[in-house]
Amino acid sequence: MAVRLMRSPTLAWRKMASLAAFGRSLCPTSPRFPAPACGNHGSLLRPVRHLGSGEAAGERVLQVDNRCSDQVLDFPGGKVMFVPEMRFLPGSPNERINCYRVLDDNGQTISGSRFQEVSKEVAIKMYSDMVTLQVMDTIFYEAQRQGRISFYLTSNGEEAINVASAAALTMDDIVFPQYREPGVLLWRGFTLQEFANQCFGNMLDYGKGRQMPIHYGSSRLNYFTVSSPIATQIPHAVGAAYSLKTDGKNACTITYFGDGGTSEGDFHAALNFAAVMESPVIFFCRNNGWAISTPTEEQFRSDGAVVRGQAYGIHSIRVDGNDALAVYSAVHAAREMAVHDCRPVLVEALTYRVGHHSTSDDSTKYRSIDEIEHWKTARDPVSRFRKWVEGNGWWSEAAEVEHRSSTRKELLRAIQVAERAEKPPLSELFTDVYDQVPANLQEQEKSLRETIKKHRNDYPSDVPV
Amino acid sequence: MATTMALRSFGRRTSIAARGFSSSCETEKAAKDGKPINLFSAINQALHIALDTDPRAYVFGEDVRFGGVFRCTTGLADRFGRSRVFNTPLCEQGIVGFAIGLAAMGNRAIAEIQFADYIYPAFDQIVNEAAKFRYRSGNEFNCGGLTIRTPYGAVGHGGHYHSQSPESFFCHVPGLKVVIPRSPQQAKGLLLSCIRDPNPSIFFEPKWLYRLAVEEVPEHDYMLPLSEAEVIRQGSDITLVGWGAQLSVLEQACVEAAKEGISCELIDLRTLIPWDKETVEASVRKTGKLLISHEAPVTGGFGAEISASIAESCFLRLEAPVARICGLDTPFPLVYEQFYMPTKNKILDAIKATVNY
Repeated sequence: MAVRLMRSPTLAWRKMASLAAFGRSLCPTSPRFPAPACGNHGSLLRPVRHLGSGEAAGERVLQVDNRCSDQVLDFPGGKVMFVPEMRFLPGSPNERINCYRVLDDNGQTISGSRFQEVSKEVAIKMYSDMVTLQVMDTIFYEAQRQGRISFYLTSNGEEAINVASAAALTMDDIVFPQYREPGVLLWRGFTLQEFANQCFGNMLDYGKGRQMPIHYGSSRLNYFTVSSPIATQIPHAVGAAYSLKTDGKNACTITYFGDGGTSEGDFHAALNFAAVMESPVIFFCRNNGWAISTPTEEQFRSDGAVVRGQAYGIHSIRVDGNDALAVYSAVHAAREMAVHDCRPVLVEALTYRVGHHSTSDDSTKYRSIDEIEHWKTARDPVSRFRKWVEGNGWWSEAAEVEHRSSTRKELLRAIQVAERAEKPPLSELFTDVYDQVPANLQEQEKSLRETIKKHRNDYPSDVPV
Repeated sequence: MATTMALRSFGRRTSIAARGFSSSCETEKAAKDGKPINLFSAINQALHIALDTDPRAYVFGEDVRFGGVFRCTTGLADRFGRSRVFNTPLCEQGIVGFAIGLAAMGNRAIAEIQFADYIYPAFDQIVNEAAKFRYRSGNEFNCGGLTIRTPYGAVGHGGHYHSQSPESFFCHVPGLKVVIPRSPQQAKGLLLSCIRDPNPSIFFEPKWLYRLAVEEVPEHDYMLPLSEAEVIRQGSDITLVGWGAQLSVLEQACVEAAKEGISCELIDLRTLIPWDKETVEASVRKTGKLLISHEAPVTGGFGAEISASIAESCFLRLEAPVARICGLDTPFPLVYEQFYMPTKNKILDAIKATVNY
């Protein structure tokens, strides 16, 4: 064995030893391959019959001079080792990527777990916002069922993801949401009245009643307006992050999406761009198991999203999405890496969409009630975090009752106010298509107003004309 | 004539020889102190000016850093640095998605799509995101600093995927501006307007004219108005409307028609949406006849929109059906290019038929 030529003799010995078992016909000097960078091996290869197990008829293995295996191809991206064995990368590793967790099911910190310290004040706000989100989801869902708003979509089961990820960021960090992250906006200070105004599409809705409920947005809170198409926001976060980088800001962007979103081209485009452009962006995948009715087994065959981050050259972590402390710690660390190292980071949070996809969906048609109940009770992120907060003496049953009750009252009041508020005026139908209303829209507004005069009953009475 | 657009012979298109465009006051003013340069150089000048005058301007796309496959971005990376002028991965939806995010942060994001034929992967980002960004947020956010530059149209040998004119797809999308220049001087002024306009715009560059069209272009920073058509040749018998490279073909038809005593008024629409209906209407009220010509397939092309609009507003003044001389309803064919194209004689025949209706 010509060990003296090996860069790593130990490794080389192991490779040689395994060669007989894995070898298939391949000669590194085959004309199909570029000439090796080190070419001092001469013509030392000779074909021999391979007699090992698993051999297919007609296949040969070449007895290889050891010096071949340290031949290196200097190729764009770095040096690539030549090896004589033909071994395909497996489609998936034997073991799935493990999942970072801090709190066990009982809300106790797992011994040896490393996590970011959370102050009493932050912990209480995190917990109370998670509860507020639950109350908000319950009441808005009911409001939709009563026909008071046209549509709603809950975040049940993903409260920890929503609130803990938001808590780990600063207000200068910019959010490009999908639509199941209203808790991020709540954390940042969007009021229950502001949520209600949007869901009712009244004149106080920043979106001027143009989008369906839950399409929130706020420039004050650096939260880009939700749009319904899946994954389209992901590349925006990369472009915005690039801007933060060139401006030298101490901030990053974060973009949220689900497991289904990782199948869209925009996800792949964004990850690749972010890696190449070295943009400070956090890709936050809420892997909740279901894209409407499509389970992840029918969505992808990779080990979730986390391995795809790595494939694009992005630091990635898998985290227990129902563990608020783990989500908080992972996003906190991801933010540090994004901002200080100017690089993208991917966080895949494993969770479960406890609610239906939206008010237009009945998920019991495609998944078992037992499964839903299991996640709703045994794996509930809110009660798990409550145990930890209570264990620290920072929360109590009395505080719980008071917070739920006052939130409920405040929200019911907000809904009444939002419901009574006027709709945005007709003129807003034509503004904001462009920065100025162009001639064709002026003409169309004039024409529409004449039609309204003639057929007032054709049009909703609550929109001021 | 202050501006003369000389067309050098180009491949099989030797029939389209040197010719001049009539000029409006506006272009005459702009032409002072101009040097004759071709269209890609005019685009390049505009990009230099855009980057120089706004530190928040960025230019990027596939192969942009070395100067671009059509040389439009030559010298930009050296002058302004690789953080402002850079290559992107080969992914159109990524380019436009990235550009929207960059523009939404208050930057001028000037994105190149290497050929208009390859813009379709970015269609969702353009239509559902860029175009609706301001409206859907109630003006909380906008991506008005976005300009997508892309070469379009026939080039003599481009076949299906290097020849398309996809402008009409984008003319169906409220929130976008679609602009197509006919010449170097127009290209520079209109591109700077698109870049500085507070709305997302798509700027289709007639690649056939990149090297072929040479015109005096002022070296200074100037802009030409969007949503304003330009009457580039006055006439009384028929109105001809077109945009981009087709203007030179229409111009030839005007010259030929004049020999037969037909006086054509030629309008360069320049901005397709929101378009300048007023100028076209005023002309048709004068001439009573309208012909529209574009390279894109006739069915569903933007000519149909102009035709319908003018039929609505000038019905009683029209003396003949509106004529459309456009591309055929086939994919853009390689060896049949000349058959497919709305050529001078097709236009001339239609002018005569319309005038003699």
